[in-house]
Amino acid sequence: MSTNVQRQLPLEATGAAHSASRTELHPDLNNAHVRFSNLGKIYHGQQGPVDALQNIDLAIQRGEIFGIIGRSGAGKSSLIRTINRLEQPSSGRVLIDQVDIGDFNEDKLVELRRRIGMIFQHFNLMSAKTVWQNVELPLKVAGVPKEQRQRKVTELLELVGLQDKHKAYPAQLSGGQKQRVGIARALVHDPAILLCDEATSALDPETTQSILGLLREINQRLGLTIILITHEMAVIREICDRVVVLERGEIVEQGPVWQVFGNPRHEVSKTLLAPLQHGLPEDLQARLKPQPQNLEAATVLDLHFTGVAGDEPDLSALFNALGGRVSLLHGGVERIQGRALGHLVLSIAHSPHSHDELLTRARKLAQRAEVLGYVV
Amino acid sequence: MWFDRLLQGTIDTFLMVGVSSLIALLAGIPLAVILVTSSKGGIYEAPRVNRVLGGFVNLFRSIPFLILMVALIPFTRLIVGTTYGVWAAVVPLTIAATPFFARIAEVSLREVDHGLIEAAQAMGCRRWHIVWHVLLPESLPGIVGGFTITLVTMINSSAMAGAIGAGGLGDLAYRYGYQRFDSQVMLTVIVLLVVLVAAIQFGGDRLARVLNKR
Repeated sequence: MSTNVQRQLPLEATGAAHSASRTELHPDLNNAHVRFSNLGKIYHGQQGPVDALQNIDLAIQRGEIFGIIGRSGAGKSSLIRTINRLEQPSSGRVLIDQVDIGDFNEDKLVELRRRIGMIFQHFNLMSAKTVWQNVELPLKVAGVPKEQRQRKVTELLELVGLQDKHKAYPAQLSGGQKQRVGIARALVHDPAILLCDEATSALDPETTQSILGLLREINQRLGLTIILITHEMAVIREICDRVVVLERGEIVEQGPVWQVFGNPRHEVSKTLLAPLQHGLPEDLQARLKPQPQNLEAATVLDLHFTGVAGDEPDLSALFNALGGRVSLLHGGVERIQGRALGHLVLSIAHSPHSHDELLTRARKLAQRAEVLGYVV
Repeated sequence: MWFDRLLQGTIDTFLMVGVSSLIALLAGIPLAVILVTSSKGGIYEAPRVNRVLGGFVNLFRSIPFLILMVALIPFTRLIVGTTYGVWAAVVPLTIAATPFFARIAEVSLREVDHGLIEAAQAMGCRRWHIVWHVLLPESLPGIVGGFTITLVTMINSSAMAGAIGAGGLGDLAYRYGYQRFDSQVMLTVIVLLVVLVAAIQFGGDRLARVLNKR
């Protein structure tokens, strides 16, 4: 497939892992698939003007899955809608393939929107049309001949696994099936970009997984650039390459997903991540003392692995370095984009090393280490 | 024979209601589409057009049919050349039915989920595509329901048209039943009207249910 070439290009161009990490930090602005330049949006509400978006500067690369996360009202919806001009920005520019879409007339907008697919939280399928007619509609309004429409719709229903449902009406489908129809409809013009507006927020966890799996497959098979907004960090972790965190219409944090997960800097990022993290269980919290009660007391260390080093926590090195009896109390490591990140809570008893020495040694093997307290 | 009169009355009623409702259907849907799309946030936003058109619709909706019919006599003469008979009644009936039906159709069109319009825009629909492929098909069950109500209301109004010698079942019942105390004719007409209204309502409901895929 010709689109596969598109997918490969930026990867080949960046080559080795070293330069790949460089593009992660400094996305090539001149090659960006979608670029926002000093974008702003002001709504004129009843309580005066509201800044829905401000100072948005962002470059999204061809073929990546890009996540935009934030709490509700952070401006995610407005931002993603400026890409196909469902939302008109108040200031700044949106460039798609280096072309400013700000002054597009209706003809050019229609043409642009056929190159950009979009799926929605509530699917937005036409209730009076069958699955087939829903997927066919974008082709029909574009004046595509009938045989071609037939071929394309068949192909897409196969891709999303709904060949046998083509005569059904949306009301007869489950949420996951409806979203699959939405995806088929969004892809029917072979778009280069797919916008996902909270595409899994109305689905149960299992269906969410299957839809995310389908999106990942589409990204890999068709080389599509996927831009998604969500309020769930789990979705970002599951499929995104890079992520920005929006708060009150501004970007407060951005980077590769492993980086934002391993070492969130902004309060909002931490809040959004909280449900996914292994907080200290209450019983352990209750047993922790700020000072050692006696010589038998074990030191409790919290070691953080932010994924920077790129390799897994070395347990034997840890045991050797810490000495004494090391027990794993809590925590865990997960792999995101091939990097192991997480944290481990260890208790160390009968260690020959002092408190400070333990910390120094731990910090050589983990990105962050702190003493949480002591237990007997 | 009163049976012949009954037949003639039925034909006249069908004619008056049928013609005026058909014109109301053909004129009311575009009117409703313009009312919805020209309103604030609509796809052809035009507040001025919306206000003027909405004002006209409200004006005709607020005049009782009997008065409207009399007030329209000069206009009726201009259009059909007479102020007497079935065709003279069609003019005021149409003018009453169109805004009535347009308002009901407007409500159905307005109820179409904004998300569907957004999805249509996102897939590259032009504005008339949205009207044709989204607004109208999605609101069709509601429009059918609204047209049923319009038909029933028009049967009701057509009875008053007897006042300008339009004929029809209403006129028959009025003249024989009220003025001649012939309760047999009146009862027959009442039964006939009840059956007619019930049949229309049943058919309309049935069609709306078949069309509704939600």
